[in-house]
Amino acid sequence: MVAVPAWRANLATIGAMMARAKNELVRVPGAAIPGVLAPTIFFLGLNGVFGALTQLNGFSTGSYESFIVPVSMLQGAGFTGAAAGVNLARDYEAGWVDRLLVSPAPRWVLLAGTVLAASARALIPGVFVFAIALALGAGWPGLDGMAICFAMVAAMAAVAACWGSFLALRYKSQSAAPLMQAGMMAAILLTPAYAPLALLQPWLRKVAEVNPVSEVIEAARQGFVGTVTWADTWPGLLALAGMLALIGGLALREMRRTAL
Amino acid sequence: MSGIGTNARVVGALGMRSIRQTFRRPQLIAPIIVFPTLLLAIQTGGAGAAVELPGFPPVQSFLQFMLAGAMMQSLMLAGNSGGIALAVDIEMGFTDRLFAAPIPRFAIVFGRLAGTAALGLFAAIWFFAIGLIFGAEIEGGIPGALLATALVTAAALAVGGIGAAIALRTGSASVVQGLFPLVLVVLFLSTAFFPQELMIEPAKTIAKYNPLSFVVEGVREPIVGGIELGDTLAAVATIVGIFALGLLLSGRALRHRLRAG
Repeated sequence: MVAVPAWRANLATIGAMMARAKNELVRVPGAAIPGVLAPTIFFLGLNGVFGALTQLNGFSTGSYESFIVPVSMLQGAGFTGAAAGVNLARDYEAGWVDRLLVSPAPRWVLLAGTVLAASARALIPGVFVFAIALALGAGWPGLDGMAICFAMVAAMAAVAACWGSFLALRYKSQSAAPLMQAGMMAAILLTPAYAPLALLQPWLRKVAEVNPVSEVIEAARQGFVGTVTWADTWPGLLALAGMLALIGGLALREMRRTAL
Repeated sequence: MSGIGTNARVVGALGMRSIRQTFRRPQLIAPIIVFPTLLLAIQTGGAGAAVELPGFPPVQSFLQFMLAGAMMQSLMLAGNSGGIALAVDIEMGFTDRLFAAPIPRFAIVFGRLAGTAALGLFAAIWFFAIGLIFGAEIEGGIPGALLATALVTAAALAVGGIGAAIALRTGSASVVQGLFPLVLVVLFLSTAFFPQELMIEPAKTIAKYNPLSFVVEGVREPIVGGIELGDTLAAVATIVGIFALGLLLSGRALRHRLRAG
């Protein structure tokens, strides 16, 4: 009998975990509705409520739909990633994680399966919000702008899933759910989400300047409010890589520490 | 002890249980306090420059303007959380035990509503404290603050009635939880976060007729201007209307549940 190479076994495990997440979605489609509805409502609500803000000096676009749509898409990614953490906590409470831990799959593979599934799943609310925004008059970001925006959404969902998994493995309870959601909500909105940096209140401007998610938002937004440039793209990629390394590292450490 | 005294004790005990339950479960307290506080900070910091827009009503700061919105968000979510907790009680069989107890049926609903009202009171005090700490002035002074607090508490009671009715009718926590996005929709389509005149259509027109807007303005006026009889009466009338609707629906749902067994 020929032994299966480790890399193939690992890929198969990640694929199986992603397929399980897909099955959850197919079998209980209603479970995906809140993740799609919440960012859509935020998009429509923020646009209806704060749309007049573009009359202020400092906005580079007259369309608040264009300004806010990447924020709502990233919010959808944040909700989806946090939901992956809640599902992991639920799986832990149900004993499913214990069964995964006794399997010969390395810990990083188990984490990668959860994170990549969230990353793929975040594209559902992303596409939905994007389509609604275009229908309501948001500017077409161009193919490059759209590709960058969706890449940012997928990667942000991975960051959020790492954050959710870290907390799920730390507290081993679904009670940590508010912390997962509030953490991502704060990270995404303590940025130039509602208005450009220059128009933010001084305290928020200081927070936004050091918040790496600001770079992700600016990168995702560039196609909607102007032209796509490498100068606006690489800081977002770097910020995502840094957050993935840091928060992914924390999640992996918790995964390794989790004993049966 | 008189019947009224006994019933009041039952309502008080169930209300206290409801409050303890909320503070013990992070899932229940987070939407009522943590998320509205976070959103208040973010919206105040992010959209604070809105006060410079032509047509924005005269206010001391955007934080002062937003306090009423945060309180409304909190009380709406308190009503939703109360409904979820009641539905969980139904699912777990606790409500059946209450039905079998020698207490009036209305005390079961009122106990839950008393807890929701207390959470509304807590939310009002919490956001006034935050506002005062971060420099918002209460133009109506202490009477204004007391009036706004009373309106928020009464509105929480009224909204809680709707949540209780849905919980009693469906008996499903997930259904009540599913209303969470609807709460956000109702909030966004009101004047909770922005002046109606500056909103974008169709939100602008909907906000004009949204009953929640009347409650928001009743709570906001004592904070940003001073006590104004017209706004207060409109808010009180709206709260009474919502409360009456909640009671009617709860009564029907309760009878339906008892009939269905």
